[in-house]
Amino acid sequence: MKKKSINSNTLLLLITIGLFIVMYVIGCIIYGSKGFSHFQTFLNILINNSGLLCVAAGMTCVMLTGGIDISVGALIAMDCMFLAVGITNWGWNPILLCVLVLAIGLVFGGVIGFLVGYLDIQPFIVTMAGMFFARGMTAVICTDQVSISDGLFKTLAGIKIYMPFGIGSYTNSKGVVQVPYVRLHVIIALVVLVVIFLMLRYTKFGRSLYAVGGSEQSATMMGLDVKKTKMKAYVLSSFLCSIGGICYCMNTLTGNVQQATGLEMDAISSAVIGGTLLTGGVGNVIGSFFGVLINGTISTLVKTNGKLLSSWSNIAVAALLCFFIVLQSVFAKIKERSK
Amino acid sequence: MSKIRKITSMRLFLPIFCMILVMAANIVYDVACGNFALNFFTISIRNGVLYGRLIDVLNRGSEVAILAIGMTLVVSSSAGTDISVGSVMSLSACFCCMLLAGYGVSSTSDLAVPLIVGVLGGILLGCLCGAFNGALVAYLNVQPMVATLILYSAARAIGLLLCNNLIVYVRNDSYKFFGGYLGFIPTPIVIAVLCILIITLLLRKTALGLYVQSVGINKKASRIAGLNSARIIFLTYIISGLCAGISGIVASSRIYSADSNNIGLNYEMDAILAVALGGNSLGGGKFSLAGSIIGAYTIQAITTTLYALGVSTNVAPVFKAIIVIIIVSIQAPPFKAFFKKRSAQKALAKGVQ
Repeated sequence: MKKKSINSNTLLLLITIGLFIVMYVIGCIIYGSKGFSHFQTFLNILINNSGLLCVAAGMTCVMLTGGIDISVGALIAMDCMFLAVGITNWGWNPILLCVLVLAIGLVFGGVIGFLVGYLDIQPFIVTMAGMFFARGMTAVICTDQVSISDGLFKTLAGIKIYMPFGIGSYTNSKGVVQVPYVRLHVIIALVVLVVIFLMLRYTKFGRSLYAVGGSEQSATMMGLDVKKTKMKAYVLSSFLCSIGGICYCMNTLTGNVQQATGLEMDAISSAVIGGTLLTGGVGNVIGSFFGVLINGTISTLVKTNGKLLSSWSNIAVAALLCFFIVLQSVFAKIKERSK
Repeated sequence: MSKIRKITSMRLFLPIFCMILVMAANIVYDVACGNFALNFFTISIRNGVLYGRLIDVLNRGSEVAILAIGMTLVVSSSAGTDISVGSVMSLSACFCCMLLAGYGVSSTSDLAVPLIVGVLGGILLGCLCGAFNGALVAYLNVQPMVATLILYSAARAIGLLLCNNLIVYVRNDSYKFFGGYLGFIPTPIVIAVLCILIITLLLRKTALGLYVQSVGINKKASRIAGLNSARIIFLTYIISGLCAGISGIVASSRIYSADSNNIGLNYEMDAILAVALGGNSLGGGKFSLAGSIIGAYTIQAITTTLYALGVSTNVAPVFKAIIVIIIVSIQAPPFKAFFKKRSAQKALAKGVQ
């Protein structure tokens, strides 16, 4: 039998997954009486972070090329505001609005991608400008908090998809059997993740993302169109971010100028915890998925405790980030020495 | 023609050009409104202190200018940005106010410890944060953005914990001094000028400036040439932390309180922008401190102008974004290559004639 050797990247991914499981089990033991051990708690993490899942998938693709996209949080705020104002104030058709949001994402990503890919400007500066622009446009659309109170969109957002065969169902204190459920946007996010995973692994575009991130020079010499690949990566990120925006809006059902501030940093930290390197060329959507789950678990743990200040979850995520960064650099040093 | 080219190829051309453009926009606006044409530049003395839009720009821009000093060095030496400065500002402000007011006190007019202890404590904590970032970047070879991402999210949260989740007010005149007036000049301007002078002297009179540039251009070659590259990168991050600490104290003194959630919010973006506007490459290497500082004041001038035009705080970022994109596009390598090619063709055509 052929023995498959585990390289350091796979090991990092395994550590991430292991850490998530350990953290979750500890949570179940400590807060079991508060309902943490119910399967629904896990599904709630998915429900609350469905938007972040889509964004993290897009962020991973951009980070694979060695770039970064910090405009995502502001873009989500713009999408949410557009959807909320469109549905509540203008009375437009939600489906049409969703299509428009996706189109906005494509155009937005196209401009950013052009500036990064073809004009060779640093991604950080370009996406920072994109962030300012999107956040400002949110205020241009409307400065009040707008909520979606009825109509097709709310119906779609309210759909409960119960687990088949009643997996993980439990009896609550009133003696009623509760079947765990997910919402529609979780399904959307999971489909996006699977599609991106398959794309990165099996399509020409996916492979060229890794190639460009590994070494731009080698990729050019191999005959890849580096500029086009970079541009496509940003278009993809903004497009996924728009899908994430729709998911996010389905979860919150509001539009607000200050919505999703700092979401870009959550997405980046999820990707880094999941083993994606900012220098590019290394990374995986599965890692980012577990990164998001770890992020969600920490904030759920802090919320379940009830006594801790919410800033503890920030500190915990930052400490984990620090741990993973040190781990990555130690692995890199070992790799260098063994060469 | 050649003179124009000489001027446009100067390092400081772009930042100064942007500054002039913003001022011109102000003059046009004032003329259009029927005001005195040089309204922007008028400085008068009201209530015994300097007053005027220009003074306002210099005053409000001091925090970003101080941050831009540290950011320039960090960008130059490590080819990365320090995105934690805004949060570190907030953390040092919180720590300073906590020391001055005592833990858990939300409002006080008496200082619990001498003023100098609180202020130095805040600034030292800023240095410590810089040292943490620097250790990760210089000795563990972590990408600067990821390394500083840790404190970006943690520093603000730690500040909240230090303040026991409260906004701590220090209603003491001696603390208000740093954001107030020294004689008739706003103190933040004096502090910014002092910082700029000290760092410039440090860079000019010692070889530090040269070392930073050489490490930024080629880290490995500098190490082989006998420089301790890691230590120099470490040092630039400490300077960045120091600058963040100082500007945090200034920002908190303006409102004589430590509002952890709002002090220094998005300042890291402005500081990075100032460095980019100053004509510095974010890829490291050669740097111009003067450019960054002019860049910082340009950003403040843009913001002040937008507010004067009646643009709301929430919408202002749209214009900022458009201006940034235009400025960085002009600087983009393909454009530069295009202009170089055209001027070369012209020179060739002249030679043929």
